[in-house]
Amino acid sequence: MSLWVWVLLAAFATYALKVSGYLLPQAWLDRPPVTELAGTLTVGLLSSLTAINTVATGQALAVDSRLLSLLAGAIALKLKAPYIVVVIAGAAAAAIGRRLGLA
Amino acid sequence: MPANSTSRLTPAVRMGVSISIAVGVYGISFGALSVAAGLSVWQTVALSALMFTGGSQFAFIAVIGGGGTGAAALAAATLLGVRNGIYGMQLKALLRPPGKLIPLMGQLTIDESTATAVAQEDHDERVRGFWTAGAGVYVMWNAFTLLGALAGNAIGDPKLWGLDGAAVAAFLGLLWPRLTAKDPIAVAIIAAVATIAMVPLVPPGIPVLVAAAVTAAVWAWRHFGRKAAA
Repeated sequence: MSLWVWVLLAAFATYALKVSGYLLPQAWLDRPPVTELAGTLTVGLLSSLTAINTVATGQALAVDSRLLSLLAGAIALKLKAPYIVVVIAGAAAAAIGRRLGLA
Repeated sequence: MPANSTSRLTPAVRMGVSISIAVGVYGISFGALSVAAGLSVWQTVALSALMFTGGSQFAFIAVIGGGGTGAAALAAATLLGVRNGIYGMQLKALLRPPGKLIPLMGQLTIDESTATAVAQEDHDERVRGFWTAGAGVYVMWNAFTLLGALAGNAIGDPKLWGLDGAAVAAFLGLLWPRLTAKDPIAVAIIAAVATIAMVPLVPPGIPVLVAAAVTAAVWAWRHFGRKAAA
């Protein structure tokens, strides 16, 4: 039962974080450096998330089929494929890599 | 949701629906892994419905599955959720939402809804993009979480279906449209290198925040450097 407490506490904490950004005063957010910083942070965060999903397994670094997914996704994006095709290409590349015996 | 927001299949709506399907299906992986990590089906469903931020959810079950305490799982989920606060800040600046919508918008503020909103050119498209991706991912993510939690063992290892690879491509697809100039490309490379360097050194969830701090430092250096030069 005590795991339930942590599930609910963690859900509350992440919700509070989501809402916190909206509570900042609009006038402060309208200052050009803040919007520019927000745009830069988005690039940094999305790049970080891409990297984590590609090479991290818990706290270990691993080179495996996910690298094929990154490559397949990049090729699909280069060819201006629709987003859903990019995602399917990523899944297919990892699935094929695994059937071929890669980790 | 404003009534006129989704009356047409605009580019933002189509992108939001694509992302909802692509990322939402990945909920099956979360559901299966969560049950495998030792959470009950209902705890798994509660995480998707109430927490609803994939990174934090995976961090939470990874800590539990690895034998960590509930407090450690809470800390990991919270740290990885900090970026949603930054997204909220950005969405408020761009969408200027009425105050009464903020409790609902907050819950739908995730990587995908933010990315879909900020990728659009005008205000109405941003609003449509946010709501389509936010509500769409919510419905898909929760439905597939339940499916994964119930059928986890029947599906076997979700990795065999390449679902972890789908996430890689999904995040690359969100990042890609921003890599239009030298500056964002440099920021993306620095953030990725910082992330990869931190992975072995700190618990899961922290590398993303280190990358955010490094990104902010790069921005400050460029911003104030420009000022000093002017």
